[in-house]
Amino acid sequence: MLKKLALAAVALAAFMVQADAQQTRLRVGVEGNYPPFSQISPSGQISGFDIDIANAVCAELKMECQLVQQEFDGMIPALAARRFDIIVASLTITPARLERVDFSAPYYDVPSQFVARNGAFQSHSPDALRGKRIIVLRNSPRAAWLQQNYPQNELHLANRETDVYLELVAGRGDIAFGSSVVSTEQFLKRPEGAGYGRVGEPVRLQGGTGGVGIAVRKGDTETLAKVNQALAAIRSNGVYRQIMARYFDYDISPSN
Amino acid sequence: MLHGYLPAILTGLQTTLAVAAVSLAIACGFGLAGALAKLSENVVARGVADTYTTLIRGLPDLVLMLLVFYGGQIALNALIDRMGWDYIEVSPFAAGTATLGFIFGAYLTETFRGAILAVPRGQIEAAYAFGLRRIDVVRRIMVPQMVLHALPGFTNNWLVMVKATALVSIIGLDDMVHRASLASAATNLPFTFYAAIAAIYLAITTVSLLALKLLERRFSLGVRRSEL
Amino acid sequence: MIDWALVARTLPEYWVGLRVSLLLLFVSCATAFLVSIPLAMARVSRHAWLSWPVWAFTYVVRGTPLLVQLFMVYFGLAQFEVVRESAAWPMLRSAWFCAWLTFAINSTAYTTEIFAGALKNTPNGELEAARSLGLSATQVYRRILWPGALRRALPQYGNEVVMMMHATAIASTVTLVELTRVARDVYYNYLAPVEAFGVVATFYFALTYAMVGAFKLVEKRYLRHLAPRETGPAAGRPT
Repeated sequence: MLKKLALAAVALAAFMVQADAQQTRLRVGVEGNYPPFSQISPSGQISGFDIDIANAVCAELKMECQLVQQEFDGMIPALAARRFDIIVASLTITPARLERVDFSAPYYDVPSQFVARNGAFQSHSPDALRGKRIIVLRNSPRAAWLQQNYPQNELHLANRETDVYLELVAGRGDIAFGSSVVSTEQFLKRPEGAGYGRVGEPVRLQGGTGGVGIAVRKGDTETLAKVNQALAAIRSNGVYRQIMARYFDYDISPSN
Repeated sequence: MLHGYLPAILTGLQTTLAVAAVSLAIACGFGLAGALAKLSENVVARGVADTYTTLIRGLPDLVLMLLVFYGGQIALNALIDRMGWDYIEVSPFAAGTATLGFIFGAYLTETFRGAILAVPRGQIEAAYAFGLRRIDVVRRIMVPQMVLHALPGFTNNWLVMVKATALVSIIGLDDMVHRASLASAATNLPFTFYAAIAAIYLAITTVSLLALKLLERRFSLGVRRSEL
Repeated sequence: MIDWALVARTLPEYWVGLRVSLLLLFVSCATAFLVSIPLAMARVSRHAWLSWPVWAFTYVVRGTPLLVQLFMVYFGLAQFEVVRESAAWPMLRSAWFCAWLTFAINSTAYTTEIFAGALKNTPNGELEAARSLGLSATQVYRRILWPGALRRALPQYGNEVVMMMHATAIASTVTLVELTRVARDVYYNYLAPVEAFGVVATFYFALTYAMVGAFKLVEKRYLRHLAPRETGPAAGRPT
């Protein structure tokens, strides 16, 4: 019996990879349901703005990038559990998240926006949205912002940003609140988005202290310093602009 | 076919089958150890095995998977820190299969225990009386009969486990369900893709049941069916 | 080691989740029970046109994962314009309805097989005796077959209900805030796996063995004429 257990333990250990001591690899948590920042092709290949930024950061640091795909829901927990060392997954920098992870300088900054069937709403004021169901990504800063600013409204919390728009078309809510870029690129510009449009002006969340950053484990100052240095380098040497031009014909770089 | 996503789904199928097969192997290890422990004279071993099966059967697979997957990683990190090792990386595949194997090991414990008990005691005594060695008793008397008794329970566990692999997508494995969910988000045709993978799961079930029939026939050659 | 203050603070959320889990379990199992009675009779019928469709239904449902079935209903139904435009859509689209429908269908397949098996195991003598007394087919079913079959089905049926209880955890994937979803959110918000999944595991564990105990009591009452047998949640089932 003990022998069997020992065998099982050996078999288990064989699955685990002892990482090399000198840090030549950077394990990066990425998402995959946030086009055009991250998406997965039919063949399982992950791509997008976040992915290119991650690879550029690794290249700048002369480290090998190991991308680990993780659902948005478990992203910060997985970082805490050391499944990867940094997160490049369009994480907005918020005070709540700053309590649990450290953030690099922002690498992009875009507003959020409300999306609904054309003509359904004149504006997104709390009065105009009275009694309506708002669809938003679960555990996101946008959901927290809605809870604060639209306390009367019922929220439908989708598990992924792409689900937000599927749910809107399915009628599981009256209006969706999402990233201005994702909702435009993934939904409004595509055939499924015909008949839908933005409601009112884009919104900047007050809680968001400034854009989207790369997250590292709390207290991991060494990695944080490296990431910040790499981000500054790609911003100044033109790599960042090249990447941005691949996806957008407008500027999403943070203002700093 | 399937809007160009068929190859993607089939790659996902490979992952699903690999997860199921490796989990089954791990489950057999846990199941055999558990069955032997439950039948042993040792009180501690029996206690550990009883706790194991009671605990596993009291919890949903999904909760167990989340618990082992996240809690296990954090426990492992704590152990590594304590021992002063460098980090050890657990791949989602390893974590997923270890978790499923651990869970289904508890169910297989009961299957194997029943199978061991089903071999008539007298046969074993007779074999010893003929002067057979212990290894021969196990190999020639016990195993052939155990297999027949364990087959239905074993197949049932396999079928349940194949279906349970659908949950590994939740802890980040790129299996068939994950592929279908990506494809349905990209094409806005969720029903098409989920129905397609449902059909594949059904095919796995059917093939497994046919295989069981063949195996049962093979292993019950020496069993005389009572005629009614 | 364990942050009890956090456990105490999040406990009210678990109670809400528990209510959702139990309600979902109850409505799904009740529906499945009622639908399975006629289906089991069809399943054991001598007429192939009655038994064959039921066999096909249970075979397909039991051969596919519950998670995939749930996704087919929750995400899949909206794919069809006909469904989306129908008058029933405001009801169909709710996560509650989707979970109830899927879980009821899934449990019906298993329950039907359990009941059909129990009906088939009716001792022939009982049937002959009933017929010789001139009971009609309906009377035979109501007075002889079902009372015996439901008793015989009790241990397996209890197992099925416990498995269904475990399966409700899967509803967490379609926005229903039941026990497991609460745990996942607590984990996400506080990064405390032990406090999140440990607490929810305690809930499920207590529920499981409370239900096993309750079914044992019922068995004791209704299966007094049989030798006591071992029960408990056997090999896991739906996922």
